[in-house]
Amino acid sequence: MSGGDAIPEFSKAKSGDGQDVSLTNLSAFSSGPGIKSGAEVAAILAVAVVIIGGIELALRILHVPQYIMPPPSSIVYALFDEFPLIAPHLGYTLVELVSGFAIGAVVGLVMAAVITQFPFAEKIVAPYILILVTTPMLALVPLLILRFGFGYTPRIIAVALAAGPMVMINAATGFRRVDSAKIALARSYGASTLQIFWKIRAPMALPMILVGLMIGAIFGLLTAVGAEMVGGGFGLGNRLTSYSSMIQMPQFFAVVLILSTLGILIYVLFFLIGKKWASWET
Amino acid sequence: MSTASARTPKLGVQAATKVYQTGSGDLLALDRCSLDVHSNEIVSIVGPSGCGKTTLLWSMSGLHRLTAGSILLDGKEITGPRPEIGIVFQEANLLPWRNLDANINFPFEIKGEKPDRAWIAHLLNRVGLDGFGGKFPRELSGGMQQRAAIVRALALKPSVLLMDEPFGALDSFTREEMNRLVEEIWLDTKTTIVFITHSIEEAIFLSDRVVVLTTRPGRVAKVYDVPFPRPRSLEIMATKEVFDLTNKIKMDIVGERRPKAQEQPEHKSAEIVRIRP
Repeated sequence: MSGGDAIPEFSKAKSGDGQDVSLTNLSAFSSGPGIKSGAEVAAILAVAVVIIGGIELALRILHVPQYIMPPPSSIVYALFDEFPLIAPHLGYTLVELVSGFAIGAVVGLVMAAVITQFPFAEKIVAPYILILVTTPMLALVPLLILRFGFGYTPRIIAVALAAGPMVMINAATGFRRVDSAKIALARSYGASTLQIFWKIRAPMALPMILVGLMIGAIFGLLTAVGAEMVGGGFGLGNRLTSYSSMIQMPQFFAVVLILSTLGILIYVLFFLIGKKWASWET
Repeated sequence: MSTASARTPKLGVQAATKVYQTGSGDLLALDRCSLDVHSNEIVSIVGPSGCGKTTLLWSMSGLHRLTAGSILLDGKEITGPRPEIGIVFQEANLLPWRNLDANINFPFEIKGEKPDRAWIAHLLNRVGLDGFGGKFPRELSGGMQQRAAIVRALALKPSVLLMDEPFGALDSFTREEMNRLVEEIWLDTKTTIVFITHSIEEAIFLSDRVVVLTTRPGRVAKVYDVPFPRPRSLEIMATKEVFDLTNKIKMDIVGERRPKAQEQPEHKSAEIVRIRP
């Protein structure tokens, strides 16, 4: 019984195991240099104008055909012109992304929380998780379509399969950061295992969980669009294949623009959540 | 009843023995360590590093189970954490995601009790942390963090306060300040305090008795009474009596170590990798 106690340790390096891991990952949450003055804003805008304007000018002067690369102005025009037609597809993609991500994230989080409680079970499961993380889930989409048809189902499954392991592997890293002194503190007040989980382990894991959710959401978006390109007549991915087959390049790039905006929004969302709830770490 | 309780020590350590099971075999950290701590007493435990001081304290707190022997609180064996015991850990051990108020409320949250606002406000005022409730640990200095940790430990009004090298990481000026604070709090509350330290001066300044442990396995080598009146001023701390006592304790610790080093000089590398409990 008594042999189960660990030798109490307090060395800085040991407490919060995996600190170095999280530091690199959490740089995603550090706010960067930050914008200081109006002059800086002006400079940043000026560079953007020069780059985009330069591309516009070069494409027009060199008479590059639209089917190779449309100029920025016609992409923006197409974005507004075609938006009513694209909007429903954006909706479909969002439905797939949100529902697939929600399923994958919940399953990933629960599995990470459970599996880290049993180090031996973790060793058994680890290789399979690694396979799930490294295999592009897009590869399964044709199979899923064969089984579930051309509706939402195969896409949502693919998104969940892509997001879940990413959430799990990062969350597990977070849950593994045991700080024996903090757990001892909770135990000294008679905390139950559940209380230790919610009041010590979960908050300590939160920064890594947020990193996992962000990566999972971006992988989910990737997989949703990829799955839409494989088959089924709706979604932003389907628009991409459709526009490119009709050589409607401005519209094609308008969809690409929407997709990159989605990606940036995902990043900003988790960045803000991290800043609010996990800034104690940085 | 009252005569019985007068004789029963607040904390009775009886032949406490603790073996850790490590990858490289069993490690005897405490060997039949016996010691009584009486009510309203401050007892310091000093000893060479790795002598099992922290192990002894963690066993007193109920966080560790002894391999053999027992520790009694008010005559009742300690088998797990007890609400009458408060702990101040090495390096304040505040939760970095909670602000100071939330850190001090933490024990109440765990117990599902309403925090005693008036008492907490009194304690915060006592340690000079008024108006810092909204600050996060990273915004506070080491000394302030440790003050907050003391408030957290006292918030539940424990009858015994266990302090595990609480000021080891602080600079010497902050440390002296913190020692005076502990003395003041003790004069206020008369809480029984067990204080682990590797600073002999700190031990003498604070304690009614200083217990010297042997090198691992930890055993009680000697117990010194510290008869100086309180509050212990700088003048008292500069007297020859204090100086002599310091030296005696130092000799106990260092003198005990020297022959061992001479016997087995090839064990030097083993000294370096030694894990400290």
